[in-house]
Amino acid sequence: MKAYSQKAAPGKSFDVARIRADFPILAQNIAGKPLVYLDNGATSQKPQAVIDALDHYYSVENSNIHRGVHSLSERATAAYEAAREKIRGFINAASDKEIIFVRGTTEAINLVAQSYGRSFLKAGDEVVISAMEHHSNIVPWQMVCEQVGARLRVIPINHNGEIVMEEYRRLLNDRTKFVAVTHVSNALGTLVPVNEIITLAHQRDVPVLLDGAQAVPHLKVDVRELDCDFYAFSGHKMFGPTGIGVLYGRRGLLEKMPPYQGGGDMISLVTFEKTHYNVLPYKFEAGTPNIAGVIGLGAAVDYLQGLDWQQVAAHERKLLARATEALSEIVPLRIIGTAKEKAGVLSFVLDYVHAHDVGTILDQEGVAVRAGHHCAMPVMQRFGVPATTRASFAFYNTAEEIDVLVRAIYRVLKVFG
Amino acid sequence: MSDLDDLYQEVILDHNKSPRNYRAMADANRKGEGYNPLCGDHVTVFLRLDGGVIQDISFQGSGCAISKASASMMTAELKGKSEAAAHDLFDSVHRMLTGEAGGADGAAKIGKLAVLSGVCKFPARVKCASLAWHTVNAALAGEARPATTE
Repeated sequence: MKAYSQKAAPGKSFDVARIRADFPILAQNIAGKPLVYLDNGATSQKPQAVIDALDHYYSVENSNIHRGVHSLSERATAAYEAAREKIRGFINAASDKEIIFVRGTTEAINLVAQSYGRSFLKAGDEVVISAMEHHSNIVPWQMVCEQVGARLRVIPINHNGEIVMEEYRRLLNDRTKFVAVTHVSNALGTLVPVNEIITLAHQRDVPVLLDGAQAVPHLKVDVRELDCDFYAFSGHKMFGPTGIGVLYGRRGLLEKMPPYQGGGDMISLVTFEKTHYNVLPYKFEAGTPNIAGVIGLGAAVDYLQGLDWQQVAAHERKLLARATEALSEIVPLRIIGTAKEKAGVLSFVLDYVHAHDVGTILDQEGVAVRAGHHCAMPVMQRFGVPATTRASFAFYNTAEEIDVLVRAIYRVLKVFG
Repeated sequence: MSDLDDLYQEVILDHNKSPRNYRAMADANRKGEGYNPLCGDHVTVFLRLDGGVIQDISFQGSGCAISKASASMMTAELKGKSEAAAHDLFDSVHRMLTGEAGGADGAAKIGKLAVLSGVCKFPARVKCASLAWHTVNAALAGEARPATTE
């Protein structure tokens, strides 16, 4: 993976204390103990720069975009479109017309399933997903398959939580008309071999959507290098605000897709007889968008571009390795998701102790983790567990925090004797 | 006692480890399915009602220590009680779990179930403790739909 930038001198150690100072929420106690925030897979914390951008927008620039001739509206429009350009650069899209603002990954996938899927899928066609998708990359496809009479096919995963590539090759056939897979699994942390998945699909002219919600906080994503057709991600998991996300779509595909929602801004001319739709990307942005969210997401991108991503990646690898090693030594503990290539997620189960009890006791030690099915019930079924406890890391986590997590897990074992 | 010790009292840990009345019931004439969509916990409650009295009650399912212990204690408490008394107890337990004072009258009814009172300090866990109770309520009402905590 490439570095976001090379600002810091290579080899210089990653200054996590300085990074943590950028995130005001981290400096607090929970249950009388320092917060150890390991629920980044659910949502990440926000740097002061993002909080300031939201504050500045509402204090100085708030106005509706693409409508007013007055100064404030022009200023808000410029800030909104500048953020679009930042995000284009962030994922290296060819054009800012390929950057569609949506509420989040879920809406991005629903947009593609309903707009592309309902227009171009027909009875008998097949849509391929994997067995480790988040519900948001399962249910939209089930819905459109039901609507058009298409069939949903699922690539199985092995006991490590890796896609079985031979099975994927076997699933591809003349009826395959769409492939939608995750880039990084939210429940298992698996880094999916998306390049190979895309190459095989493209050999059959089948478009591929990647769910990038868990990838963008950890990896440098380049949509042109990936050669994916759609890429969906959420702002709030990449240190930006909630309620804003991005759909990247290849321009040629977006051009031939009908609008997802009707309303203001997505039109060029409306009469009661016929409506002419606006050009990209506005065709897909009906109604007043989340202007503050877009501007805040732009600030998050600026923040990430200011980090040395080689150092960030090395730091995160160390955190994951330290946690994996320490947890592997706990006898009644089983790590769920042991893929060779992983990013920032450690899911586990304890014999005789349910994930919710683990979560409650960890919280009393100041440690925030996710306990449950992680919106991936089929993954839980695959591993025969009702739920897991998931620690998910960000670059602002420290080695000491991993040690707190480990001690807290020993406390759980003590409570349950 | 810390909040955590209050939550995971010995009695609760014991019911979690060796749940009472944990079995399917072949001659049940009422059955309730309970489901917590937030966490995936589920419980099935079996009842044999005769003349408005709970002659036998059992449960099965999967969930955390709090939900399992609550279900286990519930079956022990409800066996032999009338439907009306079961409804009464449900109300008292619900008030206790949500931290509403039940008064002397409520405390007297609750008896042993008072060990569950620590739950009210953990709002995220109230639904774990109340799942079995919602389920038995639905079973008594003869509802066909699964009970949920939502």
